[in-house]
Amino acid sequence: MPNAETGQLTLMGLVIREIQFRKWSFLLATFAVAVAAAMIFGSEALLRVDQRMTERLLQQKQEETEQSIHDHEELVATAGAKLQDTVRKQMLTLGFNILILPMDVDLSKLHLDGSITSTMPYSYAEKLSNSNIVTVNHLLPSVTKRVRWTERELDVVVNGTRGEIPIMHRALKQPMLDAVAPGQMVIGATIQQKLKLELSQKVTLLGHEFTISKIQPERGSIDDMSLWIDLAAAQEMLGMQNLIHAILALECECSGDRISEIRREIAEILPGTQVIERYSQAVTRAEARTESKRAAEEALAMAKTDGQATLERHREQRTALLQQQKALNSVLGPTVIVSTCCILAAFAFHNFRQRKSEIGLMRALGLGSASILGAFLGKAMLIGALGGFIGVASGVAILVAKILRMQPSVSLIDIWTSASLTATAVWIPILMILLTVVASWLAAFQAVRQDAAIVLQGE
Amino acid sequence: MLLSLEGLNKVYSTSSTKVQALCDVSLRLNEGDFVAIQGPSGSGKSTLLLTAGTMLAPDSGKVSILDETPYEMPANRRAAFRAKHIGFVFQQFYLVPYLNVFENVQAASLGLPASKRMTNSKVEQLLEQFGLASRSRHTPSQLSVGERQRCCIARALLNDPKLLLADEPSGSLDEFNAQIVMQELRRFSQSGGAVLLVTHDSRAAQSADRVVHVQNGVLSC
Repeated sequence: MPNAETGQLTLMGLVIREIQFRKWSFLLATFAVAVAAAMIFGSEALLRVDQRMTERLLQQKQEETEQSIHDHEELVATAGAKLQDTVRKQMLTLGFNILILPMDVDLSKLHLDGSITSTMPYSYAEKLSNSNIVTVNHLLPSVTKRVRWTERELDVVVNGTRGEIPIMHRALKQPMLDAVAPGQMVIGATIQQKLKLELSQKVTLLGHEFTISKIQPERGSIDDMSLWIDLAAAQEMLGMQNLIHAILALECECSGDRISEIRREIAEILPGTQVIERYSQAVTRAEARTESKRAAEEALAMAKTDGQATLERHREQRTALLQQQKALNSVLGPTVIVSTCCILAAFAFHNFRQRKSEIGLMRALGLGSASILGAFLGKAMLIGALGGFIGVASGVAILVAKILRMQPSVSLIDIWTSASLTATAVWIPILMILLTVVASWLAAFQAVRQDAAIVLQGE
Repeated sequence: MLLSLEGLNKVYSTSSTKVQALCDVSLRLNEGDFVAIQGPSGSGKSTLLLTAGTMLAPDSGKVSILDETPYEMPANRRAAFRAKHIGFVFQQFYLVPYLNVFENVQAASLGLPASKRMTNSKVEQLLEQFGLASRSRHTPSQLSVGERQRCCIARALLNDPKLLLADEPSGSLDEFNAQIVMQELRRFSQSGGAVLLVTHDSRAAQSADRVVHVQNGVLSC
C-alpha cells in the first residue's frame, strides 16, 4: 500500500498488505482479543453495575421499609385510637356489676378484708333466676370468706363460685365469666407472688387438694389476695352447705339512676337483701385500653423488626453475591489475560515462521532491526486496538441488554456514569494493545535476531 | 575499486564438525566487471556471495566496497549501505507474496531514508524495461517463473546499485528466460556496474567476462 502523497511503499503499508494477505489469522487473533476484552469489560462492568444497583436497591428497600413502618405506625395509631374508642363505648354499654348481700352484712368489714359476715340460702339465687328481673343479665351465687391458708401460712379470701345460673325467662347468653371447675383454683396476683405459685401446680387448701388453673392479673383490689374455687367445694370446706354469702350480678343494664332501680327490683324479689356496686368500671376499661395499646405496640414492634430483618437479609444476600462475583473476577481476569497472551504468542510465532524468508529478503534489502520490529509490533498493536475496541463494544452491548432485562426502567446513562465505566472502556483497549505487544514481543525479537544469511542460504 | 575481497575465511561449526566455507579467498571487481563463480554445491559459492553482499561477516579477511569497509559499520548503517549500493538476485526470487509486482519492486527502497527513495516513475521505467508493465498489479503467484525473475532483477536495480550479486539467477528458468536474465546482467555491467554471478551452469557462466572456480572454499582462476 503506497503512501497516499508520494505513492511510495511504507512500513505501515507493508503491515496492512500482510494483514490483508493473511486475513484469517489476523481475524482469529483479533477475535481472541475481542473475546478477552469483552469478558474483562463485561465482568468488571457487571460487578460495578451490580454494586451500584445493589446500593440503589437497598436504599429503595430502606425507604420502602421506613415508609412501611411509618404507614404502620399511622395505621396502628389510628386503629389503636379506634379500638380504644370502641372499647370505651363498649364498656359504657356493658353496664355494671352488683353484689347482692344479706341485709345485715357489715359493708365496712367487707371493704376492709373482703369478709362477709352473714349468709343467705342458696335458693335466693334460684329465686332470682326464676323471676322476671330485667335489670340483671348474669347471676353468680358465691361464698366469700377470709380464712387462714394454714398450709401456706397466709390469710386469703376464699371465693366459692359456680357457673352462671341462667335467668329462666331469657334466652341463654354467652357466660361472662367461666366457672371454676371442681378441683381447680384461680388465684390473685399477690397470692401468686407471695407463694411463688405456678400454673398447674397442685396445692392443698384446708385439707382439700386443688390444681391452679389460672392466675389473675393484678387489679389493685382485694381480688389480688383472693382465690376462687368451685362453689360446692367452698361450701363444704367452710361448712356452709346450701348457704351463700352473695350473688354477683353482672352486666346490669339500666338507664338513669341505675343502682336504685336495680335495688328496687331486687328488693321486690329478695326481701332482706342489700345491693352494692361491685368493681370499678374504670379499672375494667383501663385494663381493656392498656391491653389494646400493648397489642398495637407489639404489632408495630414486630413490623419494625420484620422490616429491618428483611432489609438485612437483602443486604447480606447482595453482599454475598457481590463477593462471589469479585472472587470469580479475580480468577477470571488473570486467566483470560494469560490465555489470550498464550494464544497471541502462538499466532505471533506462527506468523514469524511464515515470514522467515520475507524477513531475510527485507534484511537483504537493507531494512534495519527497528523496521523489522515495527512491522511485527505494528501488526500486534492493530490487533490489540481493533480487538479491544470490538470487545468493549460487544461488552457494552451485552451489559445494556442485561441491564434492560433486569431493570427496564433504569437510566443507562445514569448507571454508566455512576459506575465510572468510561474509564474502563478506555483502559481495556489500551490493556489489549499492551497485551498483544507483550505476547508478540518474543516472536518479534526472534524476527529481529533472524540471520538473513542463514535464511537465504537455507532456502 | 568497486569490490575488494582480501583473504576471506569462513568456517561453519557444528557440535561435531567444522566446514571451511571460505579459505583465504581474494577477489577484486571493478566497474563494468561481470564475474561468474562456478563450483559444485556446497563449495562455498553462496557464502562468498553473501559475504560480498555484507550479509555474512567473514571470520577473517577484509571486504571493501567502494573503498568502504561495511563490516566495520554498525548494523543499521551497514543495512542502509547495502540498500544503497548492492542489488541481490536470488534463484528463489524471494518476492513478497502479498505485494504486487509494482510494490515488490518498490520494496527495494524500504531500506533507504524516505527522502532518498526512488520515484514511482523509476519503478514504472524498470517494469517497462523488463516487460512487466502489464503485470504491475499482479501478485507473484500470478506470474510465470521468468516474470518473477525479471521482477526480482528490476527490484535489484531500483536503487541504482553499483554492485549486483546474483545467486543462480537462471537456475529455475528455461533457456529463453535464462538468456533474457543474462542479457540484463550484461547490460548492467556494461552500464558501469559490477556483477558477481554465482552459478553452476556453464552456459550462464559464458555470459561473464571472467569465470572463477570455488572448490572447498578455495577460489581458483
